[in-house]
Amino acid sequence: MSRPDLPALTIADLQSLLRGRKVSPREVLESLRARIEQIEPKLDAYLSIDFDAAFQEAEKVDVTLPLGGVPIAVKDLINVAGQPCTCGSKILGNYRSTYNATVIEKLRAAGAIPFGKTNMDEFAMGSSTENSSVKVTRNPWDLSRVPGGSSGGSAAAVAADTAFGALGTDTGGSIRQPASLSGVVGLKPSYGRVSRFGVTAFASSLDQVGPLAKTVRDAAMITKAMAGRDRHDSTSLADPVPDYTANLGHDLKGVRLGVPKEYRVEGIDPQVSSAVNAAIKQLESLGAEIVHLNLPHTDYGIAVYYFIATAEASANLARFDGVRYGYRASSPKDLLDHYGRTREEGFGEEVKRRIILGTYVLSSGYYDAYYVRAQKVRELIRRDFATAFEKVDAIISPTSPEPAFKIGERTANPLAMYLADIFTNTANLAGICGISVPCGFAKVNGSQLPIGLQILGKPLDEARIFQIGHAYEQSTDWHKAKPNL
Amino acid sequence: MAKASDFDVGYVAKLARLNLSDEETRLFQKQLADVLKYAEKLNEVDLSNVEATAHGVPMFNVFREDEPCDWFTSEQALSNAPHKSNQLFIVTKVVE
Repeated sequence: MSRPDLPALTIADLQSLLRGRKVSPREVLESLRARIEQIEPKLDAYLSIDFDAAFQEAEKVDVTLPLGGVPIAVKDLINVAGQPCTCGSKILGNYRSTYNATVIEKLRAAGAIPFGKTNMDEFAMGSSTENSSVKVTRNPWDLSRVPGGSSGGSAAAVAADTAFGALGTDTGGSIRQPASLSGVVGLKPSYGRVSRFGVTAFASSLDQVGPLAKTVRDAAMITKAMAGRDRHDSTSLADPVPDYTANLGHDLKGVRLGVPKEYRVEGIDPQVSSAVNAAIKQLESLGAEIVHLNLPHTDYGIAVYYFIATAEASANLARFDGVRYGYRASSPKDLLDHYGRTREEGFGEEVKRRIILGTYVLSSGYYDAYYVRAQKVRELIRRDFATAFEKVDAIISPTSPEPAFKIGERTANPLAMYLADIFTNTANLAGICGISVPCGFAKVNGSQLPIGLQILGKPLDEARIFQIGHAYEQSTDWHKAKPNL
Repeated sequence: MAKASDFDVGYVAKLARLNLSDEETRLFQKQLADVLKYAEKLNEVDLSNVEATAHGVPMFNVFREDEPCDWFTSEQALSNAPHKSNQLFIVTKVVE
Protein backbone atom coordinates (compact mmCIF):
# COMPACT_ATOMS: atom_id res chain seq x y z
CA MET A 1 0.00 0.00 0.00
CA SER A 2 1.44 3.34 -1.01
CA ARG A 3 0.89 6.14 1.49
CA PRO A 4 1.12 9.52 -0.26
CA ASP A 5 1.56 11.32 3.07
CA LEU A 6 4.91 9.69 3.82
CA PRO A 7 7.34 11.43 1.41
CA ALA A 8 6.74 14.85 2.98
CA LEU A 9 7.87 13.63 6.43
CA THR A 10 11.16 14.56 8.01
CA ILE A 11 13.63 11.77 8.71
CA ALA A 12 13.04 12.17 12.45
CA ASP A 13 9.26 11.73 12.05
CA LEU A 14 9.58 8.92 9.51
CA GLN A 15 12.04 7.04 11.71
CA SER A 16 9.75 7.24 14.72
CA LEU A 17 6.90 5.74 12.63
CA LEU A 18 9.26 3.00 11.46
CA ARG A 19 10.58 2.30 14.93
CA GLY A 20 7.03 2.17 16.30
CA ARG A 21 6.10 -0.28 13.47
CA LYS A 22 3.42 2.13 12.25
CA VAL A 23 4.86 1.78 8.74
CA SER A 24 7.22 -0.77 7.23
CA PRO A 25 10.42 0.01 5.30
CA ARG A 26 8.70 -1.50 2.24
CA GLU A 27 5.75 0.90 2.52
CA VAL A 28 8.17 3.80 2.83
CA LEU A 29 9.98 2.77 -0.36
CA GLU A 30 6.70 2.22 -2.22
CA SER A 31 5.49 5.68 -1.24
CA LEU A 32 8.78 7.25 -2.23
CA ARG A 33 8.76 5.43 -5.58
CA ALA A 34 5.24 6.69 -6.31
CA ARG A 35 6.29 10.24 -5.46
CA ILE A 36 9.40 9.98 -7.66
CA GLU A 37 7.36 8.59 -10.58
CA GLN A 38 5.04 11.56 -10.30
CA ILE A 39 7.59 14.39 -9.77
CA GLU A 40 10.90 13.30 -11.26
CA PRO A 41 9.92 13.96 -14.92
CA LYS A 42 9.60 17.66 -14.02
CA LEU A 43 12.88 17.85 -12.07
CA ASP A 44 15.47 15.42 -13.48
CA ALA A 45 17.16 15.21 -10.08
CA TYR A 46 18.27 11.55 -10.36
CA LEU A 47 20.81 9.87 -12.62
CA SER A 48 20.03 6.31 -11.51
CA ILE A 49 17.74 4.58 -9.04
CA ASP A 50 17.94 0.95 -7.92
CA PHE A 51 14.65 0.15 -6.19
CA ASP A 52 15.14 -3.63 -6.59
CA ALA A 53 18.27 -3.53 -4.43
CA ALA A 54 16.57 -1.08 -2.05
CA PHE A 55 13.55 -3.38 -1.53
CA GLN A 56 15.92 -6.26 -0.75
CA GLU A 57 17.72 -4.13 1.83
CA ALA A 58 14.37 -3.05 3.26
CA GLU A 59 13.43 -6.69 3.94
CA LYS A 60 16.22 -7.15 6.45
CA VAL A 61 16.85 -3.65 7.78
CA ASP A 62 16.78 -3.10 11.57
CA VAL A 63 14.26 -0.30 12.16
CA THR A 64 15.55 0.29 15.70
CA LEU A 65 18.80 1.76 14.34
CA PRO A 66 19.10 5.60 14.26
CA LEU A 67 18.32 5.75 10.51
CA GLY A 68 16.72 2.29 10.33
CA GLY A 69 14.67 1.98 7.13
CA VAL A 70 15.25 5.54 5.93
CA PRO A 71 16.01 5.79 2.18
CA ILE A 72 18.86 8.22 1.41
CA ALA A 73 19.78 9.69 -1.99
CA VAL A 74 23.48 9.90 -2.87
CA LYS A 75 25.34 12.37 -5.07
CA ASP A 76 26.70 10.47 -8.05
CA LEU A 77 30.37 10.81 -7.13
CA ILE A 78 30.07 8.67 -3.99
CA ASN A 79 30.62 4.96 -4.64
CA VAL A 80 27.79 2.55 -3.78
CA ALA A 81 28.83 -0.98 -4.77
CA GLY A 82 26.89 -2.30 -7.73
CA GLN A 83 25.43 1.09 -8.68
CA PRO A 84 26.65 3.45 -11.42
CA CYS A 85 28.97 6.29 -10.38
CA THR A 86 29.19 8.69 -13.32
CA CYS A 87 30.27 11.91 -11.53
CA GLY A 88 27.96 13.55 -14.08
CA SER A 89 30.66 12.88 -16.70
CA LYS A 90 30.70 11.13 -20.05
CA ILE A 91 34.14 9.76 -19.16
CA LEU A 92 32.51 7.57 -16.46
CA GLY A 93 29.27 6.98 -18.39
CA ASN A 94 29.52 3.17 -18.07
CA TYR A 95 31.25 3.02 -14.69
CA ARG A 96 29.83 0.75 -12.02
CA SER A 97 31.20 0.89 -8.46
CA THR A 98 32.98 -2.19 -7.17
CA TYR A 99 33.11 -1.01 -3.57
CA ASN A 100 31.36 1.25 -1.06
CA ALA A 101 32.56 4.62 0.12
CA THR A 102 33.09 4.66 3.90
CA VAL A 103 30.12 7.05 4.29
CA ILE A 104 27.92 4.45 2.61
CA GLU A 105 29.20 1.66 4.91
CA LYS A 106 28.51 3.89 7.90
CA LEU A 107 25.04 4.97 6.78
CA ARG A 108 24.11 1.33 6.13
CA ALA A 109 25.41 0.41 9.59
CA ALA A 110 23.00 3.07 10.92
CA GLY A 111 20.14 1.45 8.96
CA ALA A 112 19.86 3.87 6.00
CA ILE A 113 19.10 2.58 2.51
CA PRO A 114 21.09 4.29 -0.30
CA PHE A 115 18.66 3.79 -3.18
CA GLY A 116 19.59 6.28 -5.90
CA LYS A 117 22.24 8.59 -7.33
CA THR A 118 21.63 12.28 -7.90
CA ASN A 119 22.62 14.63 -10.69
CA MET A 120 25.55 17.03 -10.30
CA ASP A 121 27.88 19.33 -12.15
CA GLU A 122 30.52 17.18 -13.85
CA PHE A 123 33.12 16.20 -11.20
CA ALA A 124 31.41 18.70 -8.85
CA MET A 125 32.66 21.65 -10.89
CA GLY A 126 29.92 24.25 -11.02
CA SER A 127 27.29 26.16 -9.09
CA SER A 128 24.15 25.27 -11.07
CA THR A 129 24.22 21.55 -12.04
CA GLU A 130 24.14 22.74 -15.67
CA ASN A 131 27.61 21.22 -16.18
CA SER A 132 26.19 17.69 -15.90
CA SER A 133 26.97 15.80 -19.11
CA VAL A 134 23.64 13.98 -18.75
CA LYS A 135 20.86 16.50 -18.09
CA VAL A 136 19.89 19.74 -16.41
CA THR A 137 18.13 19.53 -13.02
CA ARG A 138 15.38 22.07 -12.35
CA ASN A 139 14.65 24.06 -9.21
CA PRO A 140 11.41 22.77 -7.60
CA TRP A 141 10.38 26.36 -6.73
CA ASP A 142 10.62 27.55 -10.35
CA LEU A 143 11.27 24.99 -13.06
CA SER A 144 12.92 27.58 -15.32
CA ARG A 145 15.69 28.09 -12.74
CA VAL A 146 18.73 26.15 -11.55
CA PRO A 147 18.71 24.28 -8.20
CA GLY A 148 22.26 25.48 -7.49
CA GLY A 149 25.22 23.19 -7.55
CA SER A 150 27.20 21.18 -7.68
CA SER A 151 24.99 18.98 -5.44
CA GLY A 152 21.89 20.26 -7.29
CA GLY A 153 20.21 16.88 -7.78
CA SER A 154 20.41 16.14 -4.04
CA ALA A 155 19.05 19.60 -3.13
CA ALA A 156 16.19 19.47 -5.64
CA ALA A 157 15.17 15.95 -4.58
CA VAL A 158 15.04 16.87 -0.87
CA ALA A 159 13.13 20.10 -1.61
CA ALA A 160 10.59 18.23 -3.76
CA ASP A 161 10.05 15.39 -1.26
CA THR A 162 11.52 12.88 -3.70
CA ALA A 163 14.22 12.17 -1.10
CA PHE A 164 13.97 12.19 2.71
CA GLY A 165 17.59 13.27 2.90
CA ALA A 166 20.62 13.17 0.62
CA LEU A 167 24.39 13.23 0.55
CA GLY A 168 26.32 15.92 -1.25
CA THR A 169 29.91 17.10 -1.34
CA ASP A 170 31.14 20.63 -0.71
CA THR A 171 34.46 21.89 -2.09
CA GLY A 172 33.64 25.61 -2.29
CA GLY A 173 29.94 25.69 -1.42
CA SER A 174 28.52 22.75 -3.35
CA ILE A 175 26.25 21.61 -0.49
CA ARG A 176 25.38 24.97 1.09
CA GLN A 177 24.69 26.95 -2.10
CA PRO A 178 22.22 24.44 -3.65
CA ALA A 179 20.62 24.01 -0.21
CA SER A 180 20.11 27.79 -0.15
CA LEU A 181 18.76 28.04 -3.71
CA SER A 182 16.45 25.03 -3.26
CA GLY A 183 15.20 25.90 0.24
CA VAL A 184 16.65 23.02 2.29
CA VAL A 185 19.27 22.57 5.02
CA GLY A 186 22.84 21.71 3.97
CA LEU A 187 25.94 21.13 6.11
CA LYS A 188 29.60 21.23 5.11
CA PRO A 189 31.40 19.48 7.96
CA SER A 190 34.83 20.61 9.14
CA TYR A 191 37.70 19.30 7.03
CA GLY A 192 38.55 15.80 8.24
CA ARG A 193 35.29 15.24 10.12
CA VAL A 194 33.90 12.83 7.48
CA SER A 195 35.88 10.24 5.50
CA ARG A 196 36.49 10.95 1.83
CA PHE A 197 37.33 7.31 1.03
CA GLY A 198 35.36 6.19 -2.02
CA VAL A 199 34.36 9.73 -2.91
CA THR A 200 35.71 10.85 -6.29
CA ALA A 201 38.23 13.57 -5.51
CA PHE A 202 37.87 17.09 -6.91
CA ALA A 203 40.16 19.15 -4.63
CA SER A 204 41.44 16.88 -1.88
CA SER A 205 42.34 19.56 0.68
CA LEU A 206 38.86 21.17 0.38
CA ASP A 207 36.35 18.35 -0.28
CA GLN A 208 33.94 17.18 2.44
CA VAL A 209 30.84 14.97 2.32
CA GLY A 210 27.77 16.31 4.08
CA PRO A 211 23.98 16.03 4.29
CA LEU A 212 21.15 17.88 2.56
CA ALA A 213 17.97 17.57 4.60
CA LYS A 214 14.55 19.07 5.34
CA THR A 215 15.47 20.17 8.87
CA VAL A 216 18.55 20.84 10.98
CA ARG A 217 17.68 17.84 13.15
CA ASP A 218 17.67 15.54 10.11
CA ALA A 219 21.04 16.95 8.98
CA ALA A 220 22.43 16.31 12.49
CA MET A 221 21.17 12.71 12.43
CA ILE A 222 22.84 11.98 9.07
CA THR A 223 26.10 13.68 10.12
CA LYS A 224 26.23 11.72 13.36
CA ALA A 225 25.98 8.49 11.39
CA MET A 226 28.72 9.46 8.88
CA ALA A 227 31.39 11.26 10.90
CA GLY A 228 34.56 9.89 12.45
CA ARG A 229 37.99 8.47 11.84
CA ASP A 230 38.46 6.08 8.91
CA ARG A 231 41.64 4.05 8.45
CA HIS A 232 41.20 4.43 4.68
CA ASP A 233 41.42 8.26 4.84
CA SER A 234 44.54 9.59 6.56
CA THR A 235 43.04 13.11 6.67
CA SER A 236 40.01 11.97 8.71
CA LEU A 237 40.18 13.10 12.33
CA ALA A 238 40.09 10.81 15.37
CA ASP A 239 38.28 13.32 17.63
CA PRO A 240 35.19 11.73 19.18
CA VAL A 241 31.89 12.40 17.37
CA PRO A 242 29.42 14.07 19.74
CA ASP A 243 25.68 13.39 19.66
CA TYR A 244 24.77 16.30 17.38
CA THR A 245 21.09 16.10 18.35
CA ALA A 246 21.83 16.48 22.10
CA ASN A 247 22.10 20.29 22.06
CA LEU A 248 19.09 20.87 19.83
CA GLY A 249 16.50 22.82 21.75
CA HIS A 250 18.99 24.64 23.96
CA ASP A 251 18.36 28.39 23.83
CA LEU A 252 20.83 30.95 22.50
CA LYS A 253 21.46 32.91 25.72
CA GLY A 254 25.12 33.84 25.89
CA VAL A 255 25.81 32.68 22.33
CA ARG A 256 27.93 35.26 20.47
CA LEU A 257 27.35 35.60 16.74
CA GLY A 258 29.75 37.49 14.47
CA VAL A 259 28.60 39.59 11.53
CA PRO A 260 31.60 40.35 9.29
CA LYS A 261 31.84 43.81 7.80
CA GLU A 262 33.43 42.37 4.64
CA TYR A 263 30.30 40.37 3.84
CA ARG A 264 28.33 43.56 3.15
CA VAL A 265 29.56 43.73 -0.42
CA GLU A 266 28.03 45.18 -3.55
CA GLY A 267 26.03 42.85 -5.72
CA ILE A 268 24.01 41.19 -2.96
CA ASP A 269 20.37 40.96 -3.95
CA PRO A 270 18.42 43.42 -1.71
CA GLN A 271 15.84 40.75 -0.86
CA VAL A 272 18.69 38.46 0.30
CA SER A 273 20.14 41.26 2.46
CA SER A 274 16.85 42.06 4.08
CA ALA A 275 16.04 38.39 4.78
CA VAL A 276 19.45 37.86 6.39
CA ASN A 277 19.15 41.09 8.41
CA ALA A 278 15.75 39.93 9.66
CA ALA A 279 17.30 36.57 10.58
CA ILE A 280 20.03 38.32 12.58
CA LYS A 281 17.33 40.26 14.49
CA GLN A 282 15.47 37.01 15.08
CA LEU A 283 18.62 35.34 16.46
CA GLU A 284 19.11 38.35 18.73
CA SER A 285 15.55 38.01 20.00
CA LEU A 286 16.33 34.37 20.81
CA GLY A 287 19.06 35.55 23.18
CA ALA A 288 22.16 35.66 20.95
CA GLU A 289 24.57 38.56 21.21
CA ILE A 290 25.58 40.11 17.86
CA VAL A 291 29.23 41.12 17.46
CA HIS A 292 30.44 43.09 14.43
CA LEU A 293 33.87 41.92 13.31
CA ASN A 294 36.37 41.84 10.46
CA LEU A 295 37.59 39.09 8.16
CA PRO A 296 40.10 41.26 6.30
CA HIS A 297 41.20 38.76 3.62
CA THR A 298 37.69 37.79 2.49
CA ASP A 299 38.04 39.59 -0.84
CA TYR A 300 40.90 37.26 -1.88
CA GLY A 301 38.90 34.09 -1.28
CA ILE A 302 37.68 33.50 -4.83
CA ALA A 303 41.13 33.97 -6.39
CA VAL A 304 42.81 31.72 -3.81
CA TYR A 305 40.08 29.15 -4.17
CA TYR A 306 40.26 28.92 -7.97
CA PHE A 307 44.02 28.46 -7.95
CA ILE A 308 44.07 25.80 -5.23
CA ALA A 309 40.94 23.95 -6.33
CA THR A 310 41.95 23.79 -10.00
CA ALA A 311 45.55 22.81 -9.15
CA GLU A 312 44.33 19.89 -7.04
CA ALA A 313 41.69 18.99 -9.64
CA SER A 314 44.23 18.89 -12.48
CA ALA A 315 46.27 16.38 -10.47
CA ASN A 316 43.24 14.32 -9.34
CA LEU A 317 41.75 14.13 -12.85
CA ALA A 318 45.05 12.86 -14.32
CA ARG A 319 43.79 9.38 -13.36
CA PHE A 320 41.18 9.55 -16.13
CA ASP A 321 43.47 8.21 -18.83
CA GLY A 322 41.29 5.57 -20.49
CA VAL A 323 43.36 2.64 -19.18
CA ARG A 324 41.84 1.10 -16.05
CA TYR A 325 38.27 2.41 -16.21
CA GLY A 326 36.13 4.89 -18.03
CA TYR A 327 35.88 6.03 -21.62
CA ARG A 328 38.69 5.38 -24.11
CA ALA A 329 38.97 7.04 -27.53
CA SER A 330 38.80 4.58 -30.42
CA SER A 331 41.87 3.45 -32.41
CA PRO A 332 44.53 5.77 -30.99
CA LYS A 333 47.63 5.97 -33.17
CA ASP A 334 49.99 6.25 -30.20
CA LEU A 335 49.92 6.86 -26.45
CA LEU A 336 49.78 10.66 -26.61
CA ASP A 337 46.91 10.46 -29.08
CA HIS A 338 45.22 7.96 -26.70
CA TYR A 339 45.47 10.34 -23.72
CA GLY A 340 44.75 13.54 -25.62
CA ARG A 341 41.62 12.31 -27.41
CA THR A 342 40.29 10.19 -24.53
CA ARG A 343 40.30 13.28 -22.34
CA GLU A 344 39.09 15.62 -25.10
CA GLU A 345 36.12 13.39 -25.88
CA GLY A 346 35.41 12.33 -22.28
CA PHE A 347 35.50 15.63 -20.36
CA GLY A 348 33.04 18.51 -20.66
CA GLU A 349 33.90 22.17 -21.15
CA GLU A 350 34.09 23.37 -17.53
CA VAL A 351 36.25 20.41 -16.50
CA LYS A 352 38.65 21.11 -19.37
CA ARG A 353 38.77 24.80 -18.43
CA ARG A 354 39.71 23.94 -14.85
CA ILE A 355 42.30 21.32 -15.85
CA ILE A 356 43.97 23.98 -18.01
CA LEU A 357 43.97 26.60 -15.25
CA GLY A 358 45.17 24.08 -12.62
CA THR A 359 47.93 22.72 -14.84
CA TYR A 360 49.07 26.27 -15.56
CA VAL A 361 49.29 27.37 -11.91
CA LEU A 362 51.33 24.25 -11.12
CA SER A 363 53.62 24.52 -14.14
CA SER A 364 57.31 25.32 -13.98
CA GLY A 365 57.91 29.06 -13.68
CA TYR A 366 54.39 29.82 -12.39
CA TYR A 367 54.14 27.50 -9.38
CA ASP A 368 55.53 30.02 -6.88
CA ALA A 369 53.76 33.01 -8.36
CA TYR A 370 50.30 31.43 -8.40
CA TYR A 371 50.02 28.23 -6.39
CA VAL A 372 52.37 28.93 -3.49
CA ARG A 373 51.14 32.52 -3.24
CA ALA A 374 47.56 31.25 -3.08
CA GLN A 375 48.47 28.75 -0.33
CA LYS A 376 49.99 31.59 1.71
CA VAL A 377 46.95 33.83 1.34
CA ARG A 378 44.91 30.79 2.33
CA GLU A 379 46.83 30.77 5.63
CA LEU A 380 45.84 34.42 6.19
CA ILE A 381 42.19 33.55 5.53
CA ARG A 382 42.47 30.71 8.07
CA ARG A 383 43.98 33.13 10.62
CA ASP A 384 41.14 35.63 10.00
CA PHE A 385 38.66 32.99 11.12
CA ALA A 386 40.83 31.81 14.05
CA THR A 387 40.99 35.41 15.33
CA ALA A 388 37.26 35.94 14.84
CA PHE A 389 36.43 32.73 16.70
CA GLU A 390 38.29 34.03 19.77
CA LYS A 391 35.47 36.58 20.06
CA VAL A 392 32.42 34.72 18.76
CA ASP A 393 30.89 31.22 18.71
CA ALA A 394 29.71 31.39 15.10
CA ILE A 395 29.59 33.73 12.11
CA ILE A 396 26.42 34.71 10.22
CA SER A 397 26.11 35.60 6.52
CA PRO A 398 23.99 34.97 3.46
CA THR A 399 24.81 31.60 1.88
CA SER A 400 24.52 32.91 -1.68
CA PRO A 401 24.49 36.57 -2.77
CA GLU A 402 21.30 35.96 -4.76
CA PRO A 403 18.43 33.53 -5.18
CA ALA A 404 18.26 30.91 -7.96
CA PHE A 405 19.09 32.22 -11.42
CA LYS A 406 17.62 31.16 -14.77
CA ILE A 407 18.88 28.07 -16.56
CA GLY A 408 21.36 29.19 -19.24
CA GLU A 409 21.78 32.70 -17.80
CA ARG A 410 25.36 32.25 -16.50
CA THR A 411 26.94 29.55 -18.63
CA ALA A 412 28.74 31.97 -20.98
CA ASN A 413 30.64 33.73 -18.19
CA PRO A 414 32.70 31.42 -15.94
CA LEU A 415 34.00 34.24 -13.75
CA ALA A 416 30.45 35.39 -12.91
CA MET A 417 29.58 31.77 -12.02
CA TYR A 418 32.69 31.53 -9.81
CA LEU A 419 31.58 34.62 -7.85
CA ALA A 420 28.46 32.70 -6.73
CA ASP A 421 30.75 31.07 -4.11
CA ILE A 422 31.83 34.34 -2.51
CA PHE A 423 30.35 33.60 0.96
CA THR A 424 30.98 29.86 1.00
CA ASN A 425 34.44 29.01 -0.27
CA THR A 426 36.51 30.62 2.50
CA ALA A 427 35.08 27.98 4.89
CA ASN A 428 36.63 25.25 2.75
CA LEU A 429 39.94 27.12 2.58
CA ALA A 430 40.00 27.48 6.38
CA GLY A 431 38.72 23.95 7.11
CA ILE A 432 35.84 25.21 9.28
CA CYS A 433 32.22 23.96 9.25
CA GLY A 434 29.18 25.74 7.83
CA ILE A 435 25.46 25.18 7.48
CA SER A 436 22.79 26.78 5.31
CA VAL A 437 19.29 27.09 6.77
CA PRO A 438 16.21 28.52 4.94
CA CYS A 439 15.56 32.12 6.04
CA GLY A 440 12.93 33.50 3.68
CA PHE A 441 11.85 33.95 0.09
CA ALA A 442 12.59 36.45 -2.65
CA LYS A 443 9.70 37.37 -4.93
CA VAL A 444 11.02 37.44 -8.49
CA ASN A 445 8.63 37.68 -11.48
CA GLY A 446 5.84 35.92 -9.62
CA SER A 447 8.08 33.13 -8.28
CA GLN A 448 8.91 32.50 -4.63
CA LEU A 449 12.64 31.74 -4.49
CA PRO A 450 14.25 30.43 -1.28
CA ILE A 451 16.98 32.36 0.56
CA GLY A 452 19.57 30.69 2.80
CA LEU A 453 21.25 31.84 6.01
CA GLN A 454 24.81 30.61 6.46
CA ILE A 455 26.16 29.85 9.95
CA LEU A 456 29.91 29.19 10.09
CA GLY A 457 31.49 27.43 13.07
CA LYS A 458 34.90 26.59 14.47
CA PRO A 459 36.68 23.45 13.28
CA LEU A 460 34.85 20.43 14.75
CA ASP A 461 32.15 22.63 16.33
CA GLU A 462 29.29 21.22 14.26
CA ALA A 463 27.24 20.75 17.44
CA ARG A 464 27.18 24.53 17.94
CA ILE A 465 26.00 25.44 14.43
CA PHE A 466 23.36 22.71 14.59
CA GLN A 467 22.15 24.24 17.88
CA ILE A 468 21.99 27.76 16.42
CA GLY A 469 20.46 26.61 13.14
CA HIS A 470 17.83 24.55 14.92
CA ALA A 471 16.89 27.39 17.31
CA TYR A 472 16.46 29.76 14.36
CA GLU A 473 14.60 27.22 12.23
CA GLN A 474 12.14 26.28 14.97
CA SER A 475 11.32 29.94 15.60
CA THR A 476 10.31 30.44 11.94
CA ASP A 477 8.05 28.69 9.42
CA TRP A 478 10.40 28.81 6.41
CA HIS A 479 11.31 25.13 6.61
CA LYS A 480 7.64 24.14 6.50
CA ALA A 481 7.00 25.79 3.11
CA LYS A 482 6.77 23.37 0.18
CA PRO A 483 7.10 24.09 -3.55
CA ASN A 484 3.93 23.74 -5.61
CA LEU A 485 4.71 20.85 -7.97
CA MET B 1 56.07 38.35 -11.31
CA ALA B 2 53.90 36.19 -13.57
CA LYS B 3 51.58 38.08 -15.87
CA ALA B 4 48.27 36.98 -17.34
CA SER B 5 49.72 37.76 -20.80
CA ASP B 6 52.27 34.88 -20.44
CA PHE B 7 49.42 32.38 -20.44
CA ASP B 8 49.36 30.05 -23.50
CA VAL B 9 46.45 27.58 -23.53
CA GLY B 10 47.92 25.48 -26.35
CA TYR B 11 51.12 24.82 -24.43
CA VAL B 12 49.32 24.06 -21.14
CA ALA B 13 46.93 21.66 -22.92
CA LYS B 14 49.94 19.62 -24.06
CA LEU B 15 51.20 19.44 -20.47
CA ALA B 16 47.73 18.27 -19.36
CA ARG B 17 47.52 15.59 -22.09
CA LEU B 18 44.25 17.15 -23.16
CA ASN B 19 43.48 17.88 -26.80
CA LEU B 20 41.38 21.00 -27.38
CA SER B 21 39.55 22.16 -30.47
CA ASP B 22 40.62 25.48 -32.00
CA GLU B 23 37.39 26.99 -30.72
CA GLU B 24 38.00 25.75 -27.14
CA THR B 25 41.57 27.04 -27.29
CA ARG B 26 40.40 30.52 -28.30
CA LEU B 27 37.57 30.55 -25.76
CA PHE B 28 39.71 29.34 -22.81
CA GLN B 29 42.51 31.74 -23.73
CA LYS B 30 40.15 34.67 -23.29
CA GLN B 31 38.13 33.37 -20.32
CA LEU B 32 41.12 32.20 -18.28
CA ALA B 33 43.08 35.37 -19.04
CA ASP B 34 40.12 37.19 -17.42
CA VAL B 35 40.34 34.87 -14.38
CA LEU B 36 44.11 35.44 -14.11
CA LYS B 37 43.59 39.17 -14.38
CA TYR B 38 40.97 39.04 -11.61
CA ALA B 39 43.45 37.05 -9.47
CA GLU B 40 46.20 39.65 -9.82
CA LYS B 41 44.71 41.15 -6.65
CA LEU B 42 46.66 38.46 -4.75
CA ASN B 43 49.83 40.42 -5.57
CA GLU B 44 48.69 43.18 -3.17
CA VAL B 45 48.92 40.94 -0.10
CA ASP B 46 51.95 41.21 2.19
CA LEU B 47 53.15 37.63 2.62
CA SER B 48 56.37 38.17 4.53
CA ASN B 49 56.46 35.73 7.47
CA VAL B 50 53.56 33.66 6.16
CA GLU B 51 53.96 29.91 5.67
CA ALA B 52 51.88 28.19 3.01
CA THR B 53 48.95 26.13 4.34
CA ALA B 54 48.15 22.81 2.75
CA HIS B 55 45.35 21.78 5.09
CA GLY B 56 42.87 23.79 7.14
CA VAL B 57 43.36 21.52 10.14
CA PRO B 58 47.08 20.87 10.78
CA MET B 59 47.95 17.17 10.84
CA PHE B 60 51.34 15.51 10.88
CA ASN B 61 52.66 11.98 10.57
CA VAL B 62 49.51 9.91 10.27
CA PHE B 63 50.39 6.25 10.73
CA ARG B 64 48.42 3.05 10.99
CA GLU B 65 49.28 -0.60 11.41
CA ASP B 66 50.32 -2.32 8.20
CA GLU B 67 47.86 -5.21 8.39
CA PRO B 68 46.99 -7.57 5.54
CA CYS B 69 43.31 -7.62 4.56
CA ASP B 70 41.10 -8.71 1.69
CA TRP B 71 40.96 -6.23 -1.13
CA PHE B 72 39.78 -6.19 -4.73
CA THR B 73 39.84 -9.39 -6.69
CA SER B 74 41.34 -9.10 -10.17
CA GLU B 75 37.81 -9.50 -11.61
CA GLN B 76 36.67 -6.46 -9.60
CA ALA B 77 39.74 -4.44 -10.52
CA LEU B 78 39.19 -5.21 -14.20
CA SER B 79 35.40 -4.86 -14.15
CA ASN B 80 35.40 -1.32 -15.58
CA ALA B 81 38.37 -1.69 -17.94
CA PRO B 82 37.71 -0.25 -21.41
CA HIS B 83 39.89 -3.01 -22.91
CA LYS B 84 41.03 -6.19 -21.15
CA SER B 85 42.21 -9.69 -21.97
CA ASN B 86 43.62 -12.66 -20.00
CA GLN B 87 43.08 -10.90 -16.64
CA LEU B 88 45.12 -7.91 -17.83
CA PHE B 89 44.48 -4.31 -18.81
CA ILE B 90 45.20 -3.87 -22.52
CA VAL B 91 46.95 -0.55 -23.12
CA THR B 92 47.90 1.39 -26.20
CA LYS B 93 51.29 0.40 -27.62
CA VAL B 94 54.09 2.34 -25.92
CA VAL B 95 57.29 0.95 -27.53
CA GLU B 96 58.01 0.14 -31.16
